[in-house]
Amino acid sequence: MLDQYIGVLLTFLFAGVIVAGMVSASALLAGRRHSPVKDEVFECGNPSSGPARGRFPVHFYLVAILFIVFDVEVVFLYPWAIVFRELGVPGLVAMGLFLGILAFGLFYEWKRGALAWE
Amino acid sequence: MWVDVGIAAAKAFAVVMLVLNMSLVLLWVERKGSALIQDRIGANRANVFGGLLPFNLGIINTLIADPIKLLTKEDLIPAGADRVLHFVAPFLAVFPVIVTFAAIPFGDVLVIGGRTIELQAAALDVGVLYVLAMSSLAVYGVVLGGWATNSRWSLLGAVRGSAQMISYEIALGLGLVAAIMTFGTLDLQEIARAQGAHLWGVVPLWGILYQPVAFLILLIAGFAESKRVPFDLPEGESELVAGYFTEYSGMKQAAFMLSDFAEVVVVAGLATTLFFGAWQVPFLARDGWHLPGGVFVAMPHLAVVALQIAAFTIKVFALCCFQILVRWTLPRYRYDHLMDLGWKWLLPIALANVVVTAVVVVLVA
Repeated sequence: MLDQYIGVLLTFLFAGVIVAGMVSASALLAGRRHSPVKDEVFECGNPSSGPARGRFPVHFYLVAILFIVFDVEVVFLYPWAIVFRELGVPGLVAMGLFLGILAFGLFYEWKRGALAWE
Repeated sequence: MWVDVGIAAAKAFAVVMLVLNMSLVLLWVERKGSALIQDRIGANRANVFGGLLPFNLGIINTLIADPIKLLTKEDLIPAGADRVLHFVAPFLAVFPVIVTFAAIPFGDVLVIGGRTIELQAAALDVGVLYVLAMSSLAVYGVVLGGWATNSRWSLLGAVRGSAQMISYEIALGLGLVAAIMTFGTLDLQEIARAQGAHLWGVVPLWGILYQPVAFLILLIAGFAESKRVPFDLPEGESELVAGYFTEYSGMKQAAFMLSDFAEVVVVAGLATTLFFGAWQVPFLARDGWHLPGGVFVAMPHLAVVALQIAAFTIKVFALCCFQILVRWTLPRYRYDHLMDLGWKWLLPIALANVVVTAVVVVLVA
């Protein structure tokens, strides 16, 4: 079974070498004329508004947590999707309960506004 | 054993080259295609030796002049930027996308010298899971891209982009679950082979006949994953300069652009494999044509393989052209509408699709 992954490894190798070569190509081939203006980040001509390591909205964190919850649900759906035919109606009922609880969770978030504005 | 490794290396190389070359061709098709759609000419100025070619399709512009320009641009790294991450971010943006194609079959089998070679770079049992895993890694390229440059606006663009990508990943996963439920296997080659049957002997039983809703979900989520219009706010070409990859120049920017087109190819490849019969040509089996009406035309093996690889390439290219068409037709989604679409529309529809598929399959079979 492990010999299936030799193809994956070789693809990783080829893609890795080509992409690494591509990304480092500019650094190696292009000229270098340094000036202090080139060091600044682009802010449409305004002077720099400060370092980026500041604060940003916590809503992104909420989106990430919700993503984790639903992604784990999807992960649990994959094995069931392969064997659900053999499990028949009892499997359907069990999975329906699982999906129902998570769908209720989605509905709760929706009503509480966690999915709103982004 | 070394012959096996050599064959696997040849297939891996072929797949990587397929993705890269198709991305380059798509760059040119996009440039000229967008010009056609917008009723203008597009790039046609660059020529060789002062006008050697009588006409100019923009190929020299796109495929020769632009890469040379990108290669020779100075690699600017802003002050305060994390130099290691500045290198790793474009790498992580492109690498998982190209590597995803390893699990996608581009043909049936090639029988040469008594050896049966599966035309798939990695004949994985869990092909679909591999594809999902690799496309999830692409989010790292976006986030690190914005974080590495120490620019507040890039970081904000990157975080918004990653929030968009992860929101649509759930819908993508659920759409694929429905497709897998229909075929009952995660192995992409098995799914491709299962689409060789014909309904009433005439209609090819491609995945789209079983799961049209899942196809639409895959298409929309695929657009959002690759951050293409109508979901390209993180890049926002006409609004935010270049969003999360503003501070990258030269080949690093080319890498981010390449990840865009490579993701187009990957979404097209996935949709082709699951919904359009992958390499299946209607009525063509391994030994020849089985036409309706009982007509059988034998074909040599290599001709069958060539036809199947050509069919796969044409289908993938057609879906890529469709994605380019959509890009230049639709306006951009506002960010909150975009997130609404992902969470409040696609997710419930995908869940409902899974439930309906499960109920129908269990009760009918």
